[in-house]
Amino acid sequence: MKKAVSRVYLALIYLFLYAPILLLVVFSFNDTDTKSRTVWSGFSLRWYEMLFQDRMLLQALTNTLIIAVSAAIGATLLGTLAAIGISSMKSWRKKVVMNITNLPMLNPEIVTGVSLMLLLVFLANLFGVQLGIGSVILAHITFCLPYVILSVLPKLRQMDPNLYEAAQDLGCTPLRSFFKVVLPEILPGVITGMVMSFTLSLDDFIISYFCSGTTQTLPVFIYSMTKKRVSPEINALSTILFAVILVLLLLINVRTGKVGGRKGKEAQEF
Amino acid sequence: MRKAWKAAALAALVFLSSAAVPAAHAEDGEESAPLTGETIYVYNWGEYMADGRDGSLDINTEFTRRTGIQVEYSTFDTNESLYAKLVSGGASYDVIIPSDYMISKMIHEDMLEKLDFSNIPNFQYIDEAYRNLSYDPTNEYSVPYTWGLVGIFYNKQYVTDPVDSWDILWNEKYAGKILMFDNPRDAFGIAQKRLGFSFNSTDEDEWIQAAVLLKEQEPLLQAYVMDQIFNKMESGEAWLAPYYAGDAAILVESNENIGFAIPTEQGTNFFVDAMCIPKGCRNKSGAEAYINFLCEPEIAAANMEYIGYSTPETAAKELLPEEITSNPIYYPPEEIIENSEVFVDLPEETALQLDALWAEVKMGGPGDAVTLIVTLAAFLALYLAIVVYKKVKRRREQ
Repeated sequence: MKKAVSRVYLALIYLFLYAPILLLVVFSFNDTDTKSRTVWSGFSLRWYEMLFQDRMLLQALTNTLIIAVSAAIGATLLGTLAAIGISSMKSWRKKVVMNITNLPMLNPEIVTGVSLMLLLVFLANLFGVQLGIGSVILAHITFCLPYVILSVLPKLRQMDPNLYEAAQDLGCTPLRSFFKVVLPEILPGVITGMVMSFTLSLDDFIISYFCSGTTQTLPVFIYSMTKKRVSPEINALSTILFAVILVLLLLINVRTGKVGGRKGKEAQEF
Repeated sequence: MRKAWKAAALAALVFLSSAAVPAAHAEDGEESAPLTGETIYVYNWGEYMADGRDGSLDINTEFTRRTGIQVEYSTFDTNESLYAKLVSGGASYDVIIPSDYMISKMIHEDMLEKLDFSNIPNFQYIDEAYRNLSYDPTNEYSVPYTWGLVGIFYNKQYVTDPVDSWDILWNEKYAGKILMFDNPRDAFGIAQKRLGFSFNSTDEDEWIQAAVLLKEQEPLLQAYVMDQIFNKMESGEAWLAPYYAGDAAILVESNENIGFAIPTEQGTNFFVDAMCIPKGCRNKSGAEAYINFLCEPEIAAANMEYIGYSTPETAAKELLPEEITSNPIYYPPEEIIENSEVFVDLPEETALQLDALWAEVKMGGPGDAVTLIVTLAAFLALYLAIVVYKKVKRRREQ
């Protein structure tokens, strides 16, 4: 009895989580001339066809992907380095730095967005350039940074500090021992941070809105349709994005699963 | 496992390049002008220009093909967000397309460049009726792009009374099935016209009367909405909704039960979206060439056919299909237009009053400091209570 109730409860939670996405996927295949999202009138791929003809939407998508990839890479590089630095600090200093790092995460996004915009506009005027894709990437790196640091730090804490010294004892230069010993140990944390930055950057609206100048990211573009009506093309696009991210997640899971499995076996053999 | 990653990367690459290819080969046929290396930045409403989909003309590509000037096009959702973006200094555009009252506000604040009409010879096609309108009385700053009227959309199945005045939006028979504009200017406008006042009144008393009327209406409403009206009307969830004629014309086309009416006697809002050049633009001559291009009758006609609004050019109207030009939703009879009014920017005092009244209508009162302090105090008290309770409990356990 108890089991049945808990199963129903679980099912309800999943239904609640996934029903909107399911509806979105279903209506992306709706065959209608009138952009209706409430009346089902047969299966068709027309919105997918329209999607690939919509130059503005594709431009926005390309911008968003470029920004998300660059921001993820930039934030991961900087964040990993910062995490290594922070982890070797003495306790009170570490606390102060960690608090400073965490502050932007707790800060309302609108405050981050407006203040970044003010700074970027000031800098752009100083150097005589315009805000554009570059300024959005800078802004995104800034707000993704704490997330990377937070996901890398625990991995560094788990690592045996003697490993790094042992590598140097055995003749590695500091740089080489970092790549040979430290990086493989903290890699799961680095990848988590990178994927997180990617998704955060992908769906960020507020900060992109303020910092984008004349370039347009996908969320900003979709928002500009709200006075008219959001076309079912957006359903089609969301479905594709959802599928791509699902596949990515599966790949990552399969990969870490395999690595974990191999390690487990090795440990058994010892 | 490397292979899987490679495959994923390859798939992503194919996805992206397949997106880029049709754009590159979109134009063939006539020769195109060589690229001049110039670019203009255009900021327009979302979904407000033909872009080659559904067999329409791709306006921006056509402009580049003819002039060699490239167009960097982006979109906004409200006049206010356009204004905010320009004021913030975060972006500079060459051509913007705001609505009437925003244009008059920008003229007052010295945000627009005067146009050089010798570079815009196609201005001659703009009908006399759409020139020198009250938002730009000397017509130095703007060239009309589209115009339209606000009317009432209703479901013929359920609404049995004749829809010929704004009064029907206050009819208790349809309580819970009425929608209303979710922006102060449009919502107050309807109340003002019902009372026989001007939209641009500066009389405090008239605004208060309109607010009282809106407060009376509030309990009868289903919701204050903007673009949700499409879904709500189509599915029959709501029966009555005022909206912009051009935007919602597809509703009438898609659902035969939905009708459209403009309250002729009380008058309605006549709105114009017009092309302007903001101060701080980078390429004024390119911007003027673009405005001139959009005024060309064939281009204007092709554009209007796609976006569904009405053109201010008779020459363009003549090129449109008969079924559009004879449709009173798009081109209503003269007397309706004569009896309608354009929004103009309100003086600051009135604008502040309007904001306060709108807050009162929607939230039953202006957001005051007292409520905020009481809420915060309540949270604080709750927190303290929990802390004290825990301490007491711990002491007891000891």
